[in-house]
Order: sequence, then structure tokens, then C-alpha cells
Amino acid sequence: MLNYTLRRLMFSVPVLLFISFIIFLILDLAPSDPTGNLPLTIPPEVREKIRTSLGLDAPMWVRYLLWCKQFFINEPLNIWDQWRGTCSFNCEDRLRVVSYVTRSPVVDLIVERMPQTLWVVGMSYVVGILIAIPIGVISAYKQYSVFDQAGTFISMVGFSVPPFFSGVLVIVIFSVQLGWFPSIYDTTLEVVDWETFKMQVKQMIMPVMVLALQTTAQISRFMRASMLDNLNQDYVRTARAKGLKESVVLLVHVLRNSLIPVVTVIALGVPAVFGGAIITEQVFKVNGIGQLLIIGIQGGDAPLVQTLTFIFAVMIVFANLIADILYGILDPRIRYD
Amino acid sequence: MTDTSEITEEKARSQWADVWSQFRSHRGAMIGASFFIFICLLVIFGPMLWPIEPNFIDIRAKNQGPSLAHPFGTDQLGRDTFAQVLAGGRVSLLVGVTAMGLALFLGTFIGVLAGYFKRLDSPLMRLTDLFLALPILPLLLVIIMLFRDTLRAAFGPETGIFLLVVFVIGITSWMHTARIVRGDVLSLKEQEFVLAARSIGTPSHRMILRHILPNVMSPIMVSATLGIATAIITESAISFLGLGFPSDFPTWGRLLSDSTNFMTLNPERVIWPGLAISLTVLSVNYIGDGLRDALDPRIRGR
Repeated sequence: MLNYTLRRLMFSVPVLLFISFIIFLILDLAPSDPTGNLPLTIPPEVREKIRTSLGLDAPMWVRYLLWCKQFFINEPLNIWDQWRGTCSFNCEDRLRVVSYVTRSPVVDLIVERMPQTLWVVGMSYVVGILIAIPIGVISAYKQYSVFDQAGTFISMVGFSVPPFFSGVLVIVIFSVQLGWFPSIYDTTLEVVDWETFKMQVKQMIMPVMVLALQTTAQISRFMRASMLDNLNQDYVRTARAKGLKESVVLLVHVLRNSLIPVVTVIALGVPAVFGGAIITEQVFKVNGIGQLLIIGIQGGDAPLVQTLTFIFAVMIVFANLIADILYGILDPRIRYD
Repeated sequence: MTDTSEITEEKARSQWADVWSQFRSHRGAMIGASFFIFICLLVIFGPMLWPIEPNFIDIRAKNQGPSLAHPFGTDQLGRDTFAQVLAGGRVSLLVGVTAMGLALFLGTFIGVLAGYFKRLDSPLMRLTDLFLALPILPLLLVIIMLFRDTLRAAFGPETGIFLLVVFVIGITSWMHTARIVRGDVLSLKEQEFVLAARSIGTPSHRMILRHILPNVMSPIMVSATLGIATAIITESAISFLGLGFPSDFPTWGRLLSDSTNFMTLNPERVIWPGLAISLTVLSVNYIGDGLRDALDPRIRGR
């Protein structure tokens, strides 16, 4: 198992390097100009100097290697220094990945935005899973019942209604018509007492529910299918024949075995939820990393977009890795070596 | 003689008749299919029959609710929302179908090559894994944002963006089809009829076109329906984020995104394009569900 994990980890390094190169290539081939948003009164030679100061006159591979050095060596070193409060390898003139637009290090921008995204996205994923698993269990146990039919229909709706419609719809219903919840997520709100906590819960309900609907739709289907596979197995009949209570059979024997494939699906779904959060953040005006990406794209901010997109790619690769490893750990029948 | 006539009667039930009868017994799929055909006819012929042009501005009738003259109301410039939803549906469905076609072609091509030729299998599957590891939505946004001015200059504002959106969606959604097709081709290749065909000297290209492709049609058809659904959603998402078609060129996502700015003034305007997207995707998903059951011989017998 350890051998397999190490092998996969080794393999993901070239994959990630290649992906970062593709992203860099796309951004480089694109005819966008980081000085395009500056006032037109700037004379061309000054514009050229600005471009030189951004390092744009160097050949493409030099800039790619520079980004690699900044992202893979300098940024981790910087995080280490900040954490330990030290200054290793002359930290004063260490070059970091710097945004074209804000002139501040990209990683700092991302760290600034991360908590909002993690709160909304993470919470919605947890809520979605907590709703999905009981739905899946009951629909499988009572297959073809009214509950199962309703569950199937709701998950079909969850698949089909895109978050930019369900989000807008709940805003129209609950903010505009009923006025229960605020339509905009206020990130300056600090939870200090009961009142602000209630405010925080109120503003989180809608985005969390919209994202959770998508998660629930997928995971409840997987849970149902996996339960159905297990319910007809011989060991279930054995457990019933032993005289175990039905709840024990269902919740201890069947559920634990059915959760194995579902856990891997949950691990695989994490990056997709972050991707979907780009849209939900836009609908509810949450200033998380999705919104940062949109701003970066609109401003032609290549280092920011490059770094953020690469972080999404890292998440996908690691989610795949974790899913495979979890599957091997949880299911003793699977052996990779 | 009576025996042979009975046998010919038995033969008259072809595979596709079986598939059709199974498909018809799936109630959701039938409702979905009828609704999808209805939507298609509506957006194809609707704009010809509906008297109001989608871009006709009647500023005195702005921000109206539903009425007899404007069944879906009007927008902030007095344009008829019903006409715009019809016109937007044309673009959204066309993008969905074309992008699905491109993705299906790429996926089938790569899947068949990887499954049939052993030498190509490993590199092509590595390529597929690589594409699966790309963060699709961020990359879509980046590509569209960065290249749209060039294409707009080359092909005109509407055609340029159309080509870009279709190309980008198609090229980022072929991976699942390729994987499924490869798996099926790998198992087909081991069967006796392929061996028989090879033993009489069938060349590879004819083997693929004659014997392999017809047998992988069913997974391709199922992924076609799912492909339309995802393509429509992706196009709407891009338009919703303001990176798709220009705003005088209505698509469902663009209409939804425009109407969110008037949510307090005119809340029901949000409903129509969103409902159109959701119901179309829902019906396509149900068709896919029914097709999967109908094309699976293990279920079809029951």
C-alpha cells in the first residue's frame, strides 16, 4: 500500500508539472495585455517599460521556469518562514508570485479569500453528505416506494437545475418576496455574540443549501445503488438468519459495506464542488477564491489566474489519489501491488 | 413450411423495435422525449410564428409583467421576453447539440483508437487522464476570456463566439465517452465474430466501421444525451458569468444573468429562462435514463 502510494505520488509530479505548463501556454498564447487596462494617456515607451518591469520581455520558457521557481520553491519557503518567524536563505530579496493588478503576492490574496470559500463550500459539502446518506439508505431499503420515487425525482432535479438558477430562485423567493435572508454574503461580519452568530447562519443558509442540493443529488444516487448491491448479498441473509435486529443488519452490516464506494465518490467530488462554487459565489457575491479567479480573468492578471487554476488542478489530482488510496484501505479485497 | 414462416415472424422483431418498446415503457423517458421535441419545435418554428422580434425595443412597455400581448412580460428596454426566450433557446440548443457532437466525435475516435490498437492505448489513456485532471470550468473561462477578441475579429461577433464556445466545450468534455468506448471496444475485440472477420482478412478501418462501431452505439447514445445536458448547462454558466455571447444576442444563460439585475423590480422575469434551461436539461436527463434502460439487454428482457 505504501509502495503504491509512493508510486502514485511520484507519478503525480510530472502530471502536475505538465498541467502547469499547459495552463501557462494557454495564458501565454492568448493575445491579452496586462497593460491594456491602464489609461490611454500613458505613452507607448512607458507602457513598454511597464511590460519590462513585469518581466514580459523575457522568452516564454524563462518566464515559465521563473514561475515554477517562485511557486514551488520560494512560496513554500515563505510559508515556512512565516510560520516559524525565521528568515532562511536571504528572505529579503526572495521573489514571490506577484499579481499584475494589485502588486501583492498571489498566495497572500488566496489566503485572504480562502476562509470564505472553505466555510461556504465545506459546510455545504458536509450538509449535502449528511442529507444524502439517509436518503440513499431509505430509498434502497424501500425500493420503488413513494419515498424512493420522490428521492429519484429530487436527485434528477438536483442534477438538472444549475446553481445559477436555483441560487437566483431562492434569492427571489426568500430575499425578495419573503425577506427572510440577506441576498448578499457579508464577509466583514465577525461572529462575536449571539446576534452576529444568527446573522452569520442566516446569510449562509442559502448558498449552502444551493450547493448542498447538487451534492445531495449525486451522493444519494451512489448511496442507493451501493446499498442495493449489498442488500442482496449472502452475508445479509446470514445476519438476518442469526436473528439480528433489522436495524443492526441495515445500519451496521449493510451500511458499512455500502459506504466504501461512496467514500471514494465523496473524495472525488471535492474539486468539482470548488469548481461549482465559482458560480455560486458569483450569485451570492461571496468574495472567495472563485470570485478572485473571475476578477483575475477579467483583469488579464496572468500570475493570479495561473496560480489559482493550478491550485484547482492540484486539488483534482490529489482528490483522485486520495480516493484510490482510501478505496484500497477500506476494501480489503482491493490490492494494488 | 409453416415452421419457416413462424421463424420469419420471429425475426421481424428487430433489436431496435425491442429497444423502442422498452423505451416506451419508461414513463419519465417518454415525457422527457415529448417535452424535448416540443421545446425543439418551439424554438425552431416559434420565432417565425411569434409576431414580435426579440430585439424590437418598445421603451413605453418596459418592465411589464405577464399580459396578453407579452405572455412572459418585457425587459428593461421593453423587449418581449417570450420572443427572447425563443431566440435564446435556438442558440442554447444549437450550442448544446453541436458541442455534444464534437465531444462525441472526439471521444469515440480516441476511445476506438485506444481500445483497438494496443500501441496507442497507453499514450491515449494518459492523455485522457491528463484532461480529466484539468480544472475545466476555470480553464473554460480563461480560454474564452482571452481568445474571444481574436475570434470576434476573425468571424464576426456572433459566429466567432459560437465557434469558440462550441470548440471549448467540445474539447473539454470528450473524456468520459472515450473511457466508456475504450472499455467496450476492448471487450468486443476478444469476441468470436471479430476473430472471424479478421480471419477472412478484413482490414482495420473496415473492421472498426463495420463491426466495432455499430456495437458500441448504445453507450455512445447514452453519453450523447448526457453530453447535451452538460453542454447546455456549461454554455449557460459561461453566459451567466458574462463571458459568453454579446448581450444583444440572447441565450438562456445571458437572459438569466441580465434579469438578475432586475430581481427586485421584476422577479418573474428570472423564472422563464431558468425554467427553460432546467426543464430542457431535466427532459434530456430522463431521455438518457430511459435510453440506458432500453439499450441494456439485461434489463430489456424483463
